[in-house]
Amino acid sequence: MTNPVLSVRNLEVEFHTRRSVLHAINGISFDIAKGEVLGVVGESGAGKSVTGLAVIGLIDPPGRIAGGEIYLSGMRIDHLPPEEIRRIRGKRIGMIFQDPLTSLNPLYRIGDQIIETIRTHTNLTETAARKRAIDLLAEVGIPAPEKRIDAYPHEFSGGMRQRVVIALAICAEPELIIADEPTTALDVSVQAQIISLIKRLGRDHGTAVMLVTHDMGVIAETSDRVAVMYSGRIAEIGPVQDVVQNPLHPYAKGLMGAIPTLAGEDKRLVQIPGSMPRLSAIPQGCPFNPRCGFVFDRCRVERPEPIVRGTQAVACHLYDTAPKEAVKETAA
Amino acid sequence: MLAFTLRRAIQAIGVMIAVGIISFSMFRFAGDPVNQIVSLDTSFAERAEIRKSLGLDDAVPIQFLRYFANAAQFKFGVSYQFRQPVSNLLMERMPATLELAICATIFAMVFGILMGVYSALRRDSALAKIFQAVSLIGISLPTFLIGILLIYLFSVTLGWLPSFGRGEVVRLGWWTTGLLTLSGLKALILPSITLGLFQLTLIMRLVRAEMLEVLRTDYIRFARARGLTTRAVHFGHALKNTLVPVITVAGLQFGSVIAFAIITETVFQWPGMGLLFVQAVQNVDIPIMAAYLLMVSLIFVTINLVVDLLYTIVDPRLRSTISRAA
Repeated sequence: MTNPVLSVRNLEVEFHTRRSVLHAINGISFDIAKGEVLGVVGESGAGKSVTGLAVIGLIDPPGRIAGGEIYLSGMRIDHLPPEEIRRIRGKRIGMIFQDPLTSLNPLYRIGDQIIETIRTHTNLTETAARKRAIDLLAEVGIPAPEKRIDAYPHEFSGGMRQRVVIALAICAEPELIIADEPTTALDVSVQAQIISLIKRLGRDHGTAVMLVTHDMGVIAETSDRVAVMYSGRIAEIGPVQDVVQNPLHPYAKGLMGAIPTLAGEDKRLVQIPGSMPRLSAIPQGCPFNPRCGFVFDRCRVERPEPIVRGTQAVACHLYDTAPKEAVKETAA
Repeated sequence: MLAFTLRRAIQAIGVMIAVGIISFSMFRFAGDPVNQIVSLDTSFAERAEIRKSLGLDDAVPIQFLRYFANAAQFKFGVSYQFRQPVSNLLMERMPATLELAICATIFAMVFGILMGVYSALRRDSALAKIFQAVSLIGISLPTFLIGILLIYLFSVTLGWLPSFGRGEVVRLGWWTTGLLTLSGLKALILPSITLGLFQLTLIMRLVRAEMLEVLRTDYIRFARARGLTTRAVHFGHALKNTLVPVITVAGLQFGSVIAFAIITETVFQWPGMGLLFVQAVQNVDIPIMAAYLLMVSLIFVTINLVVDLLYTIVDPRLRSTISRAA
């Protein structure tokens, strides 16, 4: 079997603050295959973006990767020296950030920014790089690219700027694109265009995509698989159909229950009571236990490990077959 | 763009007219200039003669209009103490002041930006901390004290550099320059440092703060995520964004450098406009004071105009805002 494009094993990320060490990511593992879109959902602060930044090697001090391994097409990349990971960034991993209004340098023409990036990663001449930049702009759907290439970022709308950002992210044909909330800052109508663009690019080039968002709708529309993150851990991961229709983890159930549907009967949407714990006060055992409706004693002491259930993997003691009586106890 | 330039130019003229009124009113309120020229045994007839020859017996509005028409042609009357046209005196001394101011500004810009960038990029290094500490001294020590300390160290104790004057100068048309002789260059060093030190620390602190700010922005993160080299990110993307506010401050500071030159020129007996002005104040030589005021404001206004135009070259966003507004 060929290697998955991205393989993350037991990744841990810490932030050293003056008072203590905060564990932003606590041992997460996942794979993304060629051409696959993995959606990563969770509340703010669940560690979605930090995971993306860890993969591309942009965790800034005081943060650091404290453990685990990251493989890109079988090659370990988490402990590379800065200069080597720099060569991988942009060339083999492209990244798209949330806010297209602030992602582009306001003082440079968009063409210059694209050409600079292309020439950093290839041996193309200025003219060839410019031609490639025009092709890229056409590919991401910028009208009249040969004219617009000399425009400055402020001369584009938000949606158009995000297209430019995408063009920049894919300009060296990366194997993996990390899209960190690529549609959050955009109008709903533009969101759909950007999503279908990312989807199309992934399909056309066989690029693996890690799509970070808190929008389940976007995930359902785009992703092949989805990872639900909570408090720096993966609560549940599996094919998007299965996770959306039959969520296993109580937190995932809560998330799916909070999605409004047109077909559904007229009832109140489910809320998950409380909010995610701060990184400095993650409860012992399962981090979700204070908010969980199915909580039992074991959840308060022991941290659940992922358990495979069919196509899904879920980190919850409810699905551990060993102490069955515990499940009954809660149900009763 | 042209409309913008024109509007700014008209504003500049307005400022100059206001300054002209102030500098003219100095003639009326700073005592009788005739007393400053004559000695005790000058007869009243002679005094009246002088008063008439200087045009001091005309009505105030006429004097003002005459003053203004002359000032617009760079005629500022005759100095009471030197009995020479003020414009000649100023022209003679302007090269000294401008050379000093330009050297001080270049010194401040080059080292200020270098030190600022360094202390932003290597925030925790020992050298960056030394820069920060030294810059505090530069900001708080008064100029004349720095000048005296430098003279004590480099002229008196070490004897490396001259303690006063401009050294030998070379005449290029009406301009005299100290840049072409060794003694002229040596004489420039200490006054330039004295005059530029405050600006240097200001620019250094500004560049450092701006650079730290810019390095946190999304477009820098995105530039790094695209795998651009550290050099391209720091000196291409970050530095250019840092320089927008630096241009303003450095531009306006160039004006104050010329104004502050009064103190430095006095300490180093530098034969420039500032020293001329101080002598004029001591002798109530009002034509020189008024002309100096006008010259300095002209320089300020011109710099402001240039800075406004420079912005639009650096920042494309302003270009379109301006053309939309026009």
